[in-house]
Amino acid sequence: TGSESPIVVVLSGSMEPAFFRGDLLFLTNYREEPIRVGEIVVFKIEGRDIPIVHRVLKVHEKEDGKVKFLTKGDNNSVDDRGLYAPGQLWLEKKDVVGRARGFVPYVGIVTILMNDYPKFKYAILACLGLFVLIHRE
Amino acid sequence: MNTFLSRLNTIFAFTLSVMAALTFCCFLTTAFNSHKASVYLGTGKAIVKNVPDYSANREKSDLGFIVFDMTADLTKIFNWNVKQLFLYLTAEYETKDHQLNQVVIWDKIIRRGENAMLDYRSINTKYYFWDYGNGLKGNKNVTLTLSWNVIPNAGTLPKVMGEGSHKFKFPDEYSANRF
Repeated sequence: TGSESPIVVVLSGSMEPAFFRGDLLFLTNYREEPIRVGEIVVFKIEGRDIPIVHRVLKVHEKEDGKVKFLTKGDNNSVDDRGLYAPGQLWLEKKDVVGRARGFVPYVGIVTILMNDYPKFKYAILACLGLFVLIHRE
Repeated sequence: MNTFLSRLNTIFAFTLSVMAALTFCCFLTTAFNSHKASVYLGTGKAIVKNVPDYSANREKSDLGFIVFDMTADLTKIFNWNVKQLFLYLTAEYETKDHQLNQVVIWDKIIRRGENAMLDYRSINTKYYFWDYGNGLKGNKNVTLTLSWNVIPNAGTLPKVMGEGSHKFKFPDEYSANRF
């Protein structure tokens, strides 16, 4: 699909009521496909690891293909300029991890639970380990 | 104890596979729907000002003000696999700095079950119509289109443009008046 991580879990509530925390998104990132308004893009701000899933609000493209665009979460009242790096006013193609093409609800809740409650993660690992040990085939 | 655990494991794995198959069937039943509808759009007064854009680079940029009308009936697009429609009104135009500009000036979320008939007269835009530069004054061809993003319960997320667009012009002079 051309994206470095073709499946992502929605981490915040900024795209409600379309996507809630724990939903799974399938991404593609074909470089030749142009960025247009209304698309749901997953992007990273330089210097930060966390991918953000928001919708494109404005696009300004030059003849040579260089494009600057602005994003906003559906559930946010302001656009994302406050989230970008200091001095950064627009996103460019290089910031995009992928475009959301498909969606399955709830399935990613396990990764969020494991991040928020590390004890849960250890408990699962312990159970799996126990299961492997006592399973006789 | 041993067989209890392996039975539990088998049931769990089977449940997961059945749920995955059901979700896929759910997606298939509505995967080939067309989601199209026709839209009527019109504009009233349109003016352009040239003021510093404090939300961006603080340079003087063109800021457009328009009022518009919109009529559309989207009730046929909803089915059991459509959770909501995200509507957005796009203004698309060309300037000498940028070959393609698309600005969303209004949007709305309609959930399944809510009223899907739109009939707006002379409403203001929701977002500021800033250009990246000074390309709105005298711009002869600004096209308004209404599109929607279909958000399913599970499946693909298509964007569909409504049938019916509207072109308008901005005046050749900046306006110093209140809108």
